[in-house]
Amino acid sequence: MRTGVFHENYRSAERLWDSPTARAWMAAFTVALFALPFWGSDYVLAIACIVGIHLVATMGLNLTTGNAGLISLSHAAFLGVGCYTVSWLARQGVPFFIALPAAGGLAAILGLIVGLPSLRVKGLYLAIATLAAHFILTFIFREWDSVTGGVPGTSIPRASLFGFQLVGDRHNFYLIFACVFLLGLAARNLARTHHGRAFVAVRDRDISAEILGVNLLRTKLMAFAIGAFYAGVAGGLLGYFYGNITPEYFVLTLAVFYLAAIIVGGLGTVLGSVLGAVFMTLVPEVLRLVAHASSQWFPGIAGLLLPMGQVVFGLLIIGFLILEPHGLAAIWSRARRYFHLWPFRT
Amino acid sequence: MNIPVSAATLRSDAAASTGLALSVDRVALRFGGIHALRDVSFSAAPGQITAIIGPNGAGKTSVFNTISGFYRPSSGTIRLGDQDINSIPVHARAGMGLARTFQNIALFRGLSVLENIKLGGHHTMKAGVLSAVTYSRAAREEELRLRDEVERRVIDFLEIDHIRHLPVDALSYGLQKRVELARALAMQPRVLMLDEPVAGMNREETEDMARFILDVQEEWGVTVLLVEHDMGMVMDISSHVVVLNFGEVIASGTPAHVRQHPQVIEAYLGAESVGAA
Amino acid sequence: MSELSIFLEYSLLGLLSGGVMALLALSFVLVYKGTGVINLAVGEIMMLGAYLYYAAVVSFGVNPWLAFAGSLAVIAVLAIVIERLVLRPLSGQSAVSVLMATIGLASIIHGGVEAVWGGDTYTPPGLLPRTPLMMGDILIPGAVLGNFLIAFVLILAFVAFFRYSRTGITLRATASDPVTAATLGINIHHAQRLTWALSGLVGTVAGVLIASSVGLSPLLSGTALAVLAAIVLGGLDSVLGAIVASLLVGLIEALAAGYLGGKTRDLVPYVVVLAVLVVRPYGIFGSRTIERL
Repeated sequence: MRTGVFHENYRSAERLWDSPTARAWMAAFTVALFALPFWGSDYVLAIACIVGIHLVATMGLNLTTGNAGLISLSHAAFLGVGCYTVSWLARQGVPFFIALPAAGGLAAILGLIVGLPSLRVKGLYLAIATLAAHFILTFIFREWDSVTGGVPGTSIPRASLFGFQLVGDRHNFYLIFACVFLLGLAARNLARTHHGRAFVAVRDRDISAEILGVNLLRTKLMAFAIGAFYAGVAGGLLGYFYGNITPEYFVLTLAVFYLAAIIVGGLGTVLGSVLGAVFMTLVPEVLRLVAHASSQWFPGIAGLLLPMGQVVFGLLIIGFLILEPHGLAAIWSRARRYFHLWPFRT
Repeated sequence: MNIPVSAATLRSDAAASTGLALSVDRVALRFGGIHALRDVSFSAAPGQITAIIGPNGAGKTSVFNTISGFYRPSSGTIRLGDQDINSIPVHARAGMGLARTFQNIALFRGLSVLENIKLGGHHTMKAGVLSAVTYSRAAREEELRLRDEVERRVIDFLEIDHIRHLPVDALSYGLQKRVELARALAMQPRVLMLDEPVAGMNREETEDMARFILDVQEEWGVTVLLVEHDMGMVMDISSHVVVLNFGEVIASGTPAHVRQHPQVIEAYLGAESVGAA
Repeated sequence: MSELSIFLEYSLLGLLSGGVMALLALSFVLVYKGTGVINLAVGEIMMLGAYLYYAAVVSFGVNPWLAFAGSLAVIAVLAIVIERLVLRPLSGQSAVSVLMATIGLASIIHGGVEAVWGGDTYTPPGLLPRTPLMMGDILIPGAVLGNFLIAFVLILAFVAFFRYSRTGITLRATASDPVTAATLGINIHHAQRLTWALSGLVGTVAGVLIASSVGLSPLLSGTALAVLAAIVLGGLDSVLGAIVASLLVGLIEALAAGYLGGKTRDLVPYVVVLAVLVVRPYGIFGSRTIERL
């Protein structure tokens, strides 16, 4: 039961973790997470890395679409931009702590451009504009051989820091989760400032927001740019982790995957992004296990993995929209309330 | 619990937010073939309560929307203080001291009461993105200052501190209207436009709201422009009344004057009643 | 062949294929005008119809015209099921949510189709004679011409239906104001179901026609995305705009493919859309909605 949490000034009331218990839980979680390479198997470590990458991308989309209500189908393309940028920069010898922000930055600039129609158009028109951006960018990925390696793809040198190379899952794990924590904190900070509130206002009633003083164009562009920045960084991390990449990875299905992640997890919160990213990363893994287990009765089922994945993504999106539109985060909140109030009921 | 704010603080606050005059001069508004407003002229004196009344469809909310900048007038000028605001973009008018509430409540459902009210202060916030994501000292101080302002000046004033962390969906209609007012007050207004602030309220809620509006006008010195159907309330609190019908001003003056005006009676009650009045 | 002939051939081919795309555009605009739903799964429904036709003819040996009728029936039923199971429960939610639901729907159908039939390209038997039309130097394949004619007739029929028939007017009434329509005694659920069924039917016709001429594969639904781009060009709520824009997109695609190479074909509609949106955000024919505050 949550008791004894009193704030004596606004500063402590505005803190991200505002009770000693919350802070203790967060600390414990952080320690456990950073010790994961020591207590987890190789498989768990690899999955954790992938979750981390998806989480960064999901947080970005949650800012653009979840918070600001701007539908973006170009998220996969922004990941690609980040990945190819890091690939090119790393091959020039640029260390990761410059390459990653640069990748994010370039994606953010493209995000600004894609977001320009958003002031004058909404809803479907915006979705189509982002779709157009997706197809144009992926076309560039396939055709700009000299930078992207074209259809056969390209390799990404390992992340390096003054000659020290980040080789292997363990090193990548720390790189990825350092980014997760920094960007997660950034997202939560944004939410408690006027920019974050403006995003939600634009989503809920943009005309009224404008009359109340919110500069719509600047806010919408910011939402696109920041979301794209996250995607760019995620793409870069992806590159470092996998070591090589082809344009086939950045398809529309990936954009739908992230859309599913924010719907399943919960629109508009970092917690929603976390739950969504974890859930959605596990889905293909579970499918893979099921396929493997039933391969003796259904030979050739492995070929169905990709399409079955698409079916499951779609079912998840529709299922959650109908049954729990606020996502897993809402279920989590209800559970938390229950424990905060226990042994009382209300 | 209502913690009384000292009269001295209020008086100095009032000096800081002296109301501006709002003048609307021969404004016309057309939607294709529909003349929503024709040659509308009136002014709201600084620091006074002016009411706009008229039957449904007379164009009252259109006047508000034109002043807000949502509609562009096809002719005429609108002045805030002595500045022509016609070319000023919609979102910038908040910074000039123009605040409003909406006829159908326009609270943001994704934000709590406190966050909705804080949004009113959006135009006063200067921290950039980088500052915000790192929650730098500048961003933090700004946020805390805003919170302090909002809690002290607005939330205590309107007696809504007990609901400030609730989601706006959970509030009754009357409280939602009050939160709308709070949000408008957080904009540090010099001209406050209230669109049917007591629509749908019972007598008690109406009296509370009327009291708050009077307090705002007296203690903060804000110019109040009010659209309302509740004649009792309008006649009680306004010092000047403008009557619209079919997009035109048919009468303006003190409440008493307007009440007796034959054209006004005709507009509301029909031509036969004029003789009876 | 002279330069002019080449240009004319490309243009004509483009316009004709644009005509069939117009059917797809009609399928989309039907649902939008009828229920206000932005159905991004239009392409997938069309594709499914084409696959069902193929399966009936090739796997079950059914006569092509019978198979066509059968697939039309199945898709009509499926459209009604979708309206009941997916759209109705979401009727209170924001447009964004419904849009995302149709994206989810598209994903389900696409995955399902690929799971059952795989990723290869098949050639379903055509319904129309394949004799080409020769106009001087210009060769128009019979299938392309036939498709266009069918599309043309169907579109005319729909325009007439909506303007003059009682049911058509009922559907339009339900679309513009469901509440008032209901108070006037119109069964709006029937109307909305009918709209979805019609949309599915039109889509299936387009799917079968297109698949017969270019081949059947999971990539077919991608054509629909290009059509969506055309609809944006034409304005979301204008049937005339959708048709004109489809013809335009067909034309530009063919010219691009002919002169710039096949790879650019897919890209063209999107570049055009972005360009148009910058200048005319509501499309060429679309109406700017007046929002109430």
